Amino acid sequence: MITKDRILELLDYVKDPEIPAINVLELGVVRQVEVEADGKAIVTITPTYTGCPAMDVMAADIKKELLEAGVPAVEVKMSLSPAWTTDWITETGKRKLKEYGIAPPEKTADIRALKGEQPVVACPQCGSTNTVMLSAFGSTACKALWKCNDCLEPFDQFKCL
Amino acid sequence: MSQQDALFTYTLRQADDLLILSHRLSEWCGHGPVLEEDIALTNRALDHIGEARNLYTYAGQVEGKGRDEDALAYLRNERQFVNTKLVEQPNGDYAHTIVRSFLFDAYHLPLAEALTKSADAQLAAIAAKAVKEAQYHVKHSSDWLIRFGDGTEESHRRAQEALDNLWTYSGDLFVMDAVHQDFVKAGIAPDLTKIKAAFDATVDRVLAEATLKRPADGFMATGGRQGKHSEHLGFILAEMQYLQRAYPGAEW
Repeated sequence: MITKDRILELLDYVKDPEIPAINVLELGVVRQVEVEADGKAIVTITPTYTGCPAMDVMAADIKKELLEAGVPAVEVKMSLSPAWTTDWITETGKRKLKEYGIAPPEKTADIRALKGEQPVVACPQCGSTNTVMLSAFGSTACKALWKCNDCLEPFDQFKCL
Repeated sequence: MSQQDALFTYTLRQADDLLILSHRLSEWCGHGPVLEEDIALTNRALDHIGEARNLYTYAGQVEGKGRDEDALAYLRNERQFVNTKLVEQPNGDYAHTIVRSFLFDAYHLPLAEALTKSADAQLAAIAAKAVKEAQYHVKHSSDWLIRFGDGTEESHRRAQEALDNLWTYSGDLFVMDAVHQDFVKAGIAPDLTKIKAAFDATVDRVLAEATLKRPADGFMATGGRQGKHSEHLGFILAEMQYLQRAYPGAEW
């Protein structure tokens, strides 16, 4: 019998297709896991950015991972409310993002960027906070493009949402 | 009009604005003036289309005739689209593209904020998702408008010209017909005079910093919400809908 804990173990293997350094649990998109009496698993996920094309891929990857592990039936539900926030990225997720070269998001409580001020973002390469945002829009919907003035490396920042 | 028809129409209006603006922004893909802006505009297009998809899906459910997001986007004719005339205006130079988005963003953010409190739970949920992205949009278009207005003589001239050209289409954003007024009473839609006040505050603040002049509120080109459009919408639809019209049901 497949248990909820087993499903969660399996979800550990489902990576964010655009940022394969972290999995869907660390990204904080999995809102609920239910296992019905007949063994069918229902996984509820919430989209990060509204138009993020990775969401469809994530849903397909979750299905594939669970079906291959012997779960008899899988349904992935999409839930809009409550809206996802970068605060749901776990501490492990944030650490992995940094190791991967992406500056993790600041706390939404500290959402200075939207009030006209720039947040203080540390360079994931050298740790310097002498950094500057080049563009609020990066290679994916969730990232902004930054540059470090000390080591001169450009880097992505997972922007606060 | 039944309550169901009204909710369908109201939802469609929001969705059509976002889809058509998204299509316009996507026309910049590969043609942006600098790489960062090429990426910024396509990101914004993605945000808009994401919100549009949620709204179309919901509109289809409300209508209850089995139309999904694709059927609503690809299989309706020009007169059935209820977007504002503003969003269908051509990209023009970069000043026109930025001003068009700025006018829309200054309306869209307070609208989304207000809709998070809508009596309709699904509209509220979609808005709660969009509102956070809309903050980034206002910031983006404001920053550029200030840079253009308070930039060189040439960039100032072009920004003012774009503002003067597009201002007449901004009135379409605030048209409240019977459908809308019923929804204000029911707590589903916000009163657009309140949204207009927030719009005015943003416009005045940004234009002051950009050293640009706010055009006078003269004749406003309205009618989009009733399906009356400028000549541009037909061309957009011809391109956007071609594949689904030529190969019905085609999928990736």
